Amino acid sequence: MNIDHEYRTDISNGWTRKHILGLQDLSKDELNIILNQASEFKRLAAIGETKLTPLSGTVVANLFFEPSTRTRVSFGLAAKRLSADTVDFSSSGSSLSKGESFVDTAKTIEAMGVSYVVVRHKTPGAPQLLAQHLDANILNAGDGTHEHPTQALLDIFTIREHFGKIEGLTVTLVGDILHSRVARSNIWGLKKLGAHVIVCGPTTLIPSEISNLGVEVSNNLDDVISRTDCLNLLRIQFERQRGHFFPSIREYAHLFGMNKQRINKAKEDVLILAPGPINRGVEITPDVADGPHSVILGQVSNGLIIRMACLYLLHLQRTASLGIPG
Amino acid sequence: MKSILIKNGHIVDPSQNLDQQANLLIEDSKIKGLCDETTTADEVIDASGLIVSPGFIDIHVSLCEPGFEEDETIESGTAAALAGGVTSLGCMPNTSPVVDDRSSAEFILLQAARAANCHVFPLGAVTKNHEGKELAEIGQLVAGKAVGFTDADQPIENAEIMRCALQYTRMFDRPILNRAQVPELAEKGQMHEGFHSTVLGLKGIPAAAEEIMVNRDIALAELTRGRIHLMCISTQNSVSQIRRAKQKDIHVTADVTPHHLTLTDQMLETYDPHYKVLPPLRSQEHIDALIEGLKDGTIDAICSDHTPHASEKKTDEIIGADFGIIGLETLLPVCLQSLITPGHLTWSELIRKLTCGPAKILGLSKGTLAEGADADITLINPDIKYQLDPVSLKSSSQNTPFLGKELQGRAEIVLVSGEVRYRAEK
Repeated sequence: MNIDHEYRTDISNGWTRKHILGLQDLSKDELNIILNQASEFKRLAAIGETKLTPLSGTVVANLFFEPSTRTRVSFGLAAKRLSADTVDFSSSGSSLSKGESFVDTAKTIEAMGVSYVVVRHKTPGAPQLLAQHLDANILNAGDGTHEHPTQALLDIFTIREHFGKIEGLTVTLVGDILHSRVARSNIWGLKKLGAHVIVCGPTTLIPSEISNLGVEVSNNLDDVISRTDCLNLLRIQFERQRGHFFPSIREYAHLFGMNKQRINKAKEDVLILAPGPINRGVEITPDVADGPHSVILGQVSNGLIIRMACLYLLHLQRTASLGIPG
Repeated sequence: MKSILIKNGHIVDPSQNLDQQANLLIEDSKIKGLCDETTTADEVIDASGLIVSPGFIDIHVSLCEPGFEEDETIESGTAAALAGGVTSLGCMPNTSPVVDDRSSAEFILLQAARAANCHVFPLGAVTKNHEGKELAEIGQLVAGKAVGFTDADQPIENAEIMRCALQYTRMFDRPILNRAQVPELAEKGQMHEGFHSTVLGLKGIPAAAEEIMVNRDIALAELTRGRIHLMCISTQNSVSQIRRAKQKDIHVTADVTPHHLTLTDQMLETYDPHYKVLPPLRSQEHIDALIEGLKDGTIDAICSDHTPHASEKKTDEIIGADFGIIGLETLLPVCLQSLITPGHLTWSELIRKLTCGPAKILGLSKGTLAEGADADITLINPDIKYQLDPVSLKSSSQNTPFLGKELQGRAEIVLVSGEVRYRAEK
């Protein structure tokens, strides 16, 4: 069987984007191209074809200017599954500490033959900045409190996989919306694909203008849980918070934590997602995290194929723009 | 005794309610007055098609010397001022060391004299080293020719210090210029808090951060009968509060920058640090309120808030980039774009905000073409269109979002103390 031929199906047709910087910019069709491409990779993995060759001979640089475990490993493995060589960079102990600028550091790494740059940075807009200064195709792996497109795509993929659709579903994002790049990307993606999105959390963690993105705002999880198909429990980002947005973790868990009592108020087939890392006992109790409604580990697996799909599509664009036959 | 005749110009001098076609005579560096066509002079300047205005006065300029010469020097900054039509400027004390003693103020005057471009009026620090804890040597600074007091970008946070400063400066009849912003509400903020900051994931600075301190400063000015000048007002509610205070005869004045009249927070969509300024660019409803404030006299002056930064401080990630843009050389065209072209202000009303308005705030005997005044004059070409070219900028820094944009209107010829100090390149 010619596996290389298998994934070069029509599902990639119409992809022209050089970069994936966020879901705000992507159309419904482009979102579906990524999701469908990921489905194809998942199908191949299911039949044991986990090592593919389209990126053979190319280099993917993973530039992580902010700590990360799952996203970093996931991107690294996705590149390897597509047979790319990978370069890993982390800012600690790098030339940044000698005063070199972010852009100059990235340009230096690019000069070593890098075609694809995966970037995570604490500053919103950092991937856009690289897109202006580098020739490489840029993939945003999370920029501050702005966007985290591949996390949202894997969330959406997981929801679609479970329900067979996105349109018409009610998805509730719970927790720290103010500091969440995952929430922003999820909102753009889910809304474009036809979901009703509720954001739920304490008033101090919900931006006042968020309703202008077309979402419903709630400060009471118990009020919305019964009409929710999917709960996405966002982590309280203790590291990003300036001060005290709520009086105590105990109070937060009391008002917004997902526990057995609340599950009983939810729909029978409610789906529980969490982008992780999860704070057990805060956003979610262990029995729910490990219970039948939870797809947290499934999300992690889907993250790998979503990232493969993104890298592969950027590769298609690059080869097309260089006039190289695919 | 040298004489200069400016012929056939459109004289606009709001200090005398002049708005007419006429000839203007200068004798021995002073304004002699309007004259008829038979008058002769040593030198004749043809001002056909030009507006003849008192030289502009910009009371909010950072010249960065000493300490930050990589951004600007007194020589380059005053050259930029001339190119913008500015003949007098108030120089911020945010240098290193801070201008908080007499010798620092005198150093600025010495360097300005060496540069021999425009007049420079030092502003002294309100508190030692801008730390907000102890009053600077205000009396000594007055002796060193400081014309007002400010901690520049550093808001005077402590209300008791502000109260003392307003009381103390009454002895010298000098204003306190404050940047109204409550620090704890603005901490880590990058832009205006609103819809766009929500989408972009950038920490916002709410309008209330400014309005709370405007309210406090007005209350303290009323309490002390001191003179408070609020710099770079940017919100609707600030304008309303100042309007009410003026109606109560509290000694409060205010200025606004051209970029806050033209650009909105939406510009940050590109994450371009050239749109990162303090106070942040706001939304259109705030701009509309600022324009109303200019029209009804609530806002007294327009200032550039010229804040030069070398390129390495204004590129890279937006969070690391410094706040502020240069403004001297775009002061006039951006005002023209935002105020004259849409019909919000007449030329006479605009020139008032650029001349006698700011002169009154700092108590300068400038901003007028009245007989006997220093012959500081700006000849404006209101029609010329051009692209803002980095090579043509006189400032050492190029941190402006208007670079490469098409602008209209510029200073064509600038006289300082009766001497032609600047002519625009053809």
